[in-house]
Amino acid sequence: MAEPKTSKSNVDQNVIEITALNKWFGNFHVLQDINLTVSQGEKIIICGPSGSGKSTLIRCINRLEEHQEGKVVVNGTELSHDLKDIDAVRSEVGMVFQSFNLFPHLTALDNCTLALIWVRKTPKADAEALAMEYLERVKIPEQAHKYPGQLSGGQQQRVAIARSLCMNPKIMLFDEPTSALDPEMIKEVLDTMIELAETGMTMLCVTHEMGFAKTIADRVIFMDEGRIVEENEPEKFFANPEHERTKLFLSQILAH
Amino acid sequence: MNTTDINYSKTGKSRPPPANTVGLIGWVRTNLFNGLLNTCLTFISCYLLWLIIPPLLDWAIFNADFTGNVGRECTTDGACWAWLDQRIEQFLYGFYPAGSYWRVNLAILLLFPALAYVLFENLPFSNYGRWYSLAYPFLAAFLLVGGFGLEGITTDKFGGFMLNLVAGLSGIIFSLPIGILLALGRRSKLPAVRLLSVTFIEFIRGVPLITLLFVAIIILQLFLPPNVSVDQLVRVMIMITLFASAYMAEVIRGGLQAIPNGQYEAAQAMGLGYWQSMRLIILPQALKISIPGIVNTFIGLFKDTTLVIIIGLFDILGQARVLQTNPDWMGKVDHETYLLAAIFFFVICFSISRYSINLEKRLDTNRD
Repeated sequence: MAEPKTSKSNVDQNVIEITALNKWFGNFHVLQDINLTVSQGEKIIICGPSGSGKSTLIRCINRLEEHQEGKVVVNGTELSHDLKDIDAVRSEVGMVFQSFNLFPHLTALDNCTLALIWVRKTPKADAEALAMEYLERVKIPEQAHKYPGQLSGGQQQRVAIARSLCMNPKIMLFDEPTSALDPEMIKEVLDTMIELAETGMTMLCVTHEMGFAKTIADRVIFMDEGRIVEENEPEKFFANPEHERTKLFLSQILAH
Repeated sequence: MNTTDINYSKTGKSRPPPANTVGLIGWVRTNLFNGLLNTCLTFISCYLLWLIIPPLLDWAIFNADFTGNVGRECTTDGACWAWLDQRIEQFLYGFYPAGSYWRVNLAILLLFPALAYVLFENLPFSNYGRWYSLAYPFLAAFLLVGGFGLEGITTDKFGGFMLNLVAGLSGIIFSLPIGILLALGRRSKLPAVRLLSVTFIEFIRGVPLITLLFVAIIILQLFLPPNVSVDQLVRVMIMITLFASAYMAEVIRGGLQAIPNGQYEAAQAMGLGYWQSMRLIILPQALKISIPGIVNTFIGLFKDTTLVIIIGLFDILGQARVLQTNPDWMGKVDHETYLLAAIFFFVICFSISRYSINLEKRLDTNRD
């Protein structure tokens, strides 16, 4: 990644506070005593072996997963069974999925305007203008009227990023955004994410793209078996990891 | 960066395909005569068609009798169509008063724009058109039954093909939304809603339609207070609708299950509520997948309307029976009347089928 390092953000306000979070899938203890605080504008990379609970952790932040113990506070709203609170949090948090999850029956533009029109009640013309702005930012305005099935994986993922950005979120969650992509297309998506990072967006990103992590991360979190094993600045994290498990993991993914 | 923009045309000039692979000749070669087996099948099919079609045409048209007042006057060995002249109105309208046929005709005429606004996009005045389509069932009911200044006609006068159309169309119109609600109910997280939907679907699917019709006509009356009576045709329409909606629910549930979980999650993550995500995201995709099954149910429902003959309503088959047992025509019109009924049903069902294929193509968003 040749891009310059983004300026590290000022720590002023905590937008996410997770305390003593525990979650089970049936009998499987998938998240164990997670504590995590994210301040405004911070970029956090979460990595770890598969099944370590990293996706589940970020999915708890917009309540795609329900937690059983502990507290998750997003933007001052504590997530509980109150649907109003959940809606409030979801409208502040954008999410990008591994499998894009674009709506295949709608054009790229309609994918972007849908939530604006139906959740934010934005007039259609304004919504389309805004959506075009974001599609230009992810550099695919010319694909606006195509259907997802007609776009490449990288283009689809950039539409998905534009779709989330349209709602003007305060926090963006990325759940392995490049894992389903061909190598050629990974770069175009990562470039889009680096540009987004430069705007000062708060980002939590589950990824194994370590070059990307070094470029944008304020903090790298390593998870294993439902716990946060290690948490550090990228320089220290990659140069001299403290835990044996982290060393093993890094040696395996950086080996080739 | 955009790999799809690479221009390959410099590597060679593109040429039109060889003449014998396109056009009529190409079509015949690829579809009728590609390989020995296909060629044999083509010849066998042609032979069978030659065996069937000329005699059929001879019987139905060339050797047929078209004039006469009673069956005895049909003397040729072809079909006897002489009854059409006097009886076609009964086939179409049943016992509906002859002076009011225009009301049925008008209702059918008004059906076309109502259907068009539901079925096709990009029509002029489509905003008003949709409202018109919604109002059509009430408009049609007013025209057919009367009231509000129009002479009242009771539904026991309904008959012939019009009865099939009324029962079939009302079933088609109402079974789809009820089926959607049942399918959603069966997948609901609320146990009471789920239990109710499952019970309804399984009960209705587990009982033959004829039984339900008997229940509607005979047994229901035993439970209703003596002074309360629900119109017989309305009861039949309700039963046919409920019957079809149980099947519809399962067809649509199949479509719902084909939608990946990511679609629900993406909708949730964007802040859409349950009904919004169903209406805007899940159902458009699920219904598209379910089109073949939905159309299947529609066609089955429409043909099932002929079962009303069992409970004493004279639909088009009822009218055919009436004519077949009429002393003037007895023994002369058995095949002809059924053939006519078959043609009516075929035209409607085939149109539904063709439209659904057209719709599937229109909704296919993977085209390049």
